[in-house]
Amino acid sequence: MSQEDVLAGLASIVNEVAGIPAESVQMEKSFVDDLDVDSLSMVEVVMLCEERFGVTIPDSEVKNLNTVADAVNYITANKQ
Amino acid sequence: MVNLNTPSVAKHAGLLGLGAYRPTRVVPNSELVDRIESSDEWIRERSGIIERRYAGEDETVTTMATSAAIAALADAKVVATDIDLVILATFTHRYATPSAAAEVSAAIGAVNAAAVDVGAACAGFAYAVGLADAAVRAGTAKTVLVIGSEKISEVIDFDDRGTAFLFGDGAGAAVIGATTEQGVGPTVWGADGSQKDAIIMHPDTFTAGKEKTNSVLTMQGQTVFRWAISSMGDVCKRALDAAGVTPEDIKAFVPHQANMRITNSLVKNLGFPESVVIARDIESAGNTSAASIPLALDRLRQNGEVASGDLVLMIGFGAGLAFAAQVARLP
Repeated sequence: MSQEDVLAGLASIVNEVAGIPAESVQMEKSFVDDLDVDSLSMVEVVMLCEERFGVTIPDSEVKNLNTVADAVNYITANKQ
Repeated sequence: MVNLNTPSVAKHAGLLGLGAYRPTRVVPNSELVDRIESSDEWIRERSGIIERRYAGEDETVTTMATSAAIAALADAKVVATDIDLVILATFTHRYATPSAAAEVSAAIGAVNAAAVDVGAACAGFAYAVGLADAAVRAGTAKTVLVIGSEKISEVIDFDDRGTAFLFGDGAGAAVIGATTEQGVGPTVWGADGSQKDAIIMHPDTFTAGKEKTNSVLTMQGQTVFRWAISSMGDVCKRALDAAGVTPEDIKAFVPHQANMRITNSLVKNLGFPESVVIARDIESAGNTSAASIPLALDRLRQNGEVASGDLVLMIGFGAGLAFAAQVARLP
């Protein structure tokens, strides 16, 4: 799965959880500041990422996922 | 070998009455927002809470519990002297000893009752219901008064954006005794102490030699949210299965009023039909820990949304990562 595929999948998840248009979910965007994804929605995003990408994202890692790029890179590097 | 006698037992136990007490002072979000640089809208969006109630100087865990208990006894048409066990769930009673239950017993005149507090935080009421059901059917008690009472406003960190707006005070009670048909389904429960830091009240409450106590509740919100929405749906399903009922048999879902977002997630997960009423007392009560389930039940009854004989699914979950769920028939 390419980085573009991960980004597309993540954008669809963010849309599903927080109702944000998928096209707004771009690499440089901050979840909290730009996309208005609050900390609880972020948990839901992470849980769906785990399910759909077959990746484990521990609680200790969630706080490091500030931007869309952080999440895409983590998922790309850790997915099975 | 000498054989020991066993007590005479009741075949079935169930809820006989319910009662509640809400403190008088209403605290809107606007009163809390400045210290956490927040807004009414932000709090509503994040938690579903519009207002909560804080107990005053003269409203303590024991006085609120006493008021709720008296209401529950009246509802059950049971006199205090017939109560032989009082189980009180709380984490905000100021005294490690004696128990709040013992004080409440004395206050209501339950002179024949054993009394004990249960420490299971937000799961406390559902734990106590499970213990009471077992006590009645084992014959160690005939009529049990179960209470959840909390004065969380005394342990809130009003500068913590994650928790300052979340909690409220109050008390709720139920009388549990022998019934002709089983009125409490099997309790599905558990705990995970390895996650003790997820919700914790510290520093320690033993303050001998210290000038001032500053014991506040802290919570790792994301960890707790994730645990609740990923695990509690399954616990609910197990409680339904254990009772031998389906979501269609339930009239109301009464989860611990932790956060509206957790309630919404559980409702989505469980797929209840439209006919099931969802308890949303958190809007006006906040999260009242062990008191939230009986307070929410009281609200549903007051609003006429449930009636005697209806089945409700209750689930408590919180610190200790303790949880307990059961189906019960309303008195």
